[in-house]
Amino acid sequence: MMRLFLRLILALLVMAGPLRAEFAIQEVISPGGIRAWLVEDHGIPFTALEIQFRGGHALDLPGKRGATNLMTALIEEGTGDLDSVAFATARDALAAQFRFDSNVDSVSVSAQFLTENRDQAVDLLRRALAAPRFDDVAIERVRGQVQSILRNDAQDPQAIAGRLFNAQAFGDHPYATDGTGTPESVAALTRDDILAAHRNAIARDRIYVGASGDITAAELGPLLDRLFGELPATGAPLPPQTTLALTGGVTVEPFPGPQSVILFGHDGIPRDDPDFFAATIVNEVLGGGRFGARLMTEVREKRGLTYGIGTYLADYDQADLMLGQMSSSNATTAEAIAVVRSEWARIAAEGITAAELEATKTYLTGSYPLRFDGNSRIARILVGMQMIDLPIDYPATRNAKVEAVTLDDVRRVAARLVQPDALRFVVVGSPEGLESSN
Amino acid sequence: MPLRRLGFLCLNLSLAALPAAADTVSHFTLENGLEVVVIEDHRAPAVTQMVWYRVGAADEPPGKSGIAHFLEHLMFKGTDDLANGEFSDTVEAQGGDDNAFTSWDYTAYFQRIAADRLDLVMRMEADRMRDLQMTADDVTTERAVILEERAQRTDSDPGALLSEQMRAAQYLNHPYGIPIIGWRHEMEQLSQQDALDFYRRYYAPNNAVLIVAGDVTPDQVRDLAEQHYGPLQPSTGLAERVRPAEPPQLAERRLTLVDARASDPYVTRTYMAPERDSGDQADAAALTILAELLGGSGTTSVLAQKLTFESQTAVYASAFYDGTSLDDATFGLYVIPLPGVSLAEAEAAMDAAIAAFLEEGVDPVALDRIKTQIRAADIYARDNVDGLARRYGEALTVGLTIQDVQDWPRVLQAVTADDVIRVARTVLDRRRAVTGWLLPEETKP
Repeated sequence: MMRLFLRLILALLVMAGPLRAEFAIQEVISPGGIRAWLVEDHGIPFTALEIQFRGGHALDLPGKRGATNLMTALIEEGTGDLDSVAFATARDALAAQFRFDSNVDSVSVSAQFLTENRDQAVDLLRRALAAPRFDDVAIERVRGQVQSILRNDAQDPQAIAGRLFNAQAFGDHPYATDGTGTPESVAALTRDDILAAHRNAIARDRIYVGASGDITAAELGPLLDRLFGELPATGAPLPPQTTLALTGGVTVEPFPGPQSVILFGHDGIPRDDPDFFAATIVNEVLGGGRFGARLMTEVREKRGLTYGIGTYLADYDQADLMLGQMSSSNATTAEAIAVVRSEWARIAAEGITAAELEATKTYLTGSYPLRFDGNSRIARILVGMQMIDLPIDYPATRNAKVEAVTLDDVRRVAARLVQPDALRFVVVGSPEGLESSN
Repeated sequence: MPLRRLGFLCLNLSLAALPAAADTVSHFTLENGLEVVVIEDHRAPAVTQMVWYRVGAADEPPGKSGIAHFLEHLMFKGTDDLANGEFSDTVEAQGGDDNAFTSWDYTAYFQRIAADRLDLVMRMEADRMRDLQMTADDVTTERAVILEERAQRTDSDPGALLSEQMRAAQYLNHPYGIPIIGWRHEMEQLSQQDALDFYRRYYAPNNAVLIVAGDVTPDQVRDLAEQHYGPLQPSTGLAERVRPAEPPQLAERRLTLVDARASDPYVTRTYMAPERDSGDQADAAALTILAELLGGSGTTSVLAQKLTFESQTAVYASAFYDGTSLDDATFGLYVIPLPGVSLAEAEAAMDAAIAAFLEEGVDPVALDRIKTQIRAADIYARDNVDGLARRYGEALTVGLTIQDVQDWPRVLQAVTADDVIRVARTVLDRRRAVTGWLLPEETKP
């Protein structure tokens, strides 16, 4: 039973980097022109390969919500002469691990395979990616699982809050609705829709690859061509940037239970903004998931109003937000929200102290080398860096950028980023003394 | 595809993941009884320190449920040398992270930090092993936090409530039937004195295991451990960990939870099952493989095949077993029926699948495949040194030894088809089980 709630996942905030001299990221360009970043480490006889196809749920065609999600879930259900069972059997016999996942901005593949049967594992993955069978029987079975998830989400206050928040924030943009789809849209998806989603999402013009482990650059290059050579050259166009339609206020959605789930947020800051590091420090001081953070101190440590609270800068491909989350008993929800509002206003007006700035810098710079920990994590970080267009030498320069932030920078950015009046709270529960404001 | 919300029930390779090769693990004991394990991994300049106490929720005095976990929270409130919150602040100021967790058999504290800061975190962790201090206000506020934690993690989750009820039914007499977080009415009464009594009795070097994993050498760790933990006095009040034993189960136990917040109904059953014992892990290994065969894969396992492929019964079916505990564990089954299939039908199909499995025996190809995956899991597990540290900490606080941990891969590989069927016949007996149904509303089952 963890003492802290799990820290909110930082969407694309890649901060990892090595400080070790012998640690080096290599850029590998395959003979066929596919690029990957690689960290070689021959200590353990396996390779972690992390692949992202940019696009994700946002590529769903009109009326086909959930197609990309369902398509991704079906990639492991067979290819060529291998049906679902034969594919799983072949994969397990190689002791390879493939995970296919999708989110608003990408379809991802996480693969781990042993050095001793690398070629066979890569061949199996190649076949799955390029030509999934999409058997009707597999479609129906997996569709049933997705429908079960949707029924679960409809009863999950966390999921309900997320859907309400996104609907208010994103207007007509694909981000406004859940990429899993609705019971109706998922029920209506045909095999042709799934094939179209596959063509749109899985293409060579949007591949990002990170690799780490027991493989050399010379081996990785040809592997990339084998793995991706059969994919179409281009996929569907990416959706446009969106501006947030969010307004300040409170939305209450009634739900039974002892607590309310509270999501809150407003506009964020782009990852490539020159003030991004100052904004990162503002967010850490206000709502980093750590005990020293102001919200954790004020809402949990001083008042006991929640088990955990955190904020984060959510940088999606087409939108940027600053988001936060907590749960509180129905009787204390209004008080917890008032404390958040008050801390929001305080940091916007006053910035942070010199001591907070120094402590946050030592945390951010000190934790930086600890994140390059293991082949799987390194491969994920390498692909994340490429997705947000960081230079390959970023790890060597990143801490200096954190160190360069001044108290004035923080004050200026806090005043711009943190907007008490723009804050929208979405509350799912039965809070006492709290009603929707508009 | 895995169902997201079932992560806590899904068995996969991680369950069978194996310890690091013996040559990277060292082990020694200080004079005051502190056991030390060092796991070397020099790939990144980081280190994890974990202190595991051989005390958990199943060691609580009667009427004080939740005190082990409450004390875990209060351990961050300060010592004679550290102010409230200073422990975590200091770790974070160095770029590290720290946290803690409580189970029925153990309570553990850990920090992950740059390898050259090991001295600092050892000094602080040793300090709070014997010198904890807190104010009455801190205790009152933190009690509100654990009540919020219970509200968030248990009272807001129908599935968590059902499994709490099922454990209470499973263990009539053994304290595994009491939730780690505690029963709300007892949590509300927990006091500073309760916490300090528990602390003084159980938090001592002769009741702890120190695990240091990462970019360190055994010699470095020994020097630092002797310097910081060596001077601590052992506790004298420790008794052997003998918990009240279960009486024989004479009647099948069944319960139904109706909760409007539930979505898909499901049926789950847990059978009392033996745990891993030191020097005697064969049955637990056979049960581990049985769980993989029955429900380890959403595609190829027996339950998946019979309930989601060969018949249109279930959205999802799985089996689970974790034998790493001090006393008797449980073996579980879990089925979410397809819409239109009742829980009674789903349960009947589950029982029929088990009966057919016992009749047909183990598919030797499937057994080989699972053993291959377990061998590979040994390699993949070495990528996560924190995971290895947890594996050793868990084992050493539930009565196993380093040797048991290192034997486990061989014990798993030695399991035969006959072993699997033998333990399945013994354990999968409804007269020694609890069956739970979760329903969103009172309906005809």
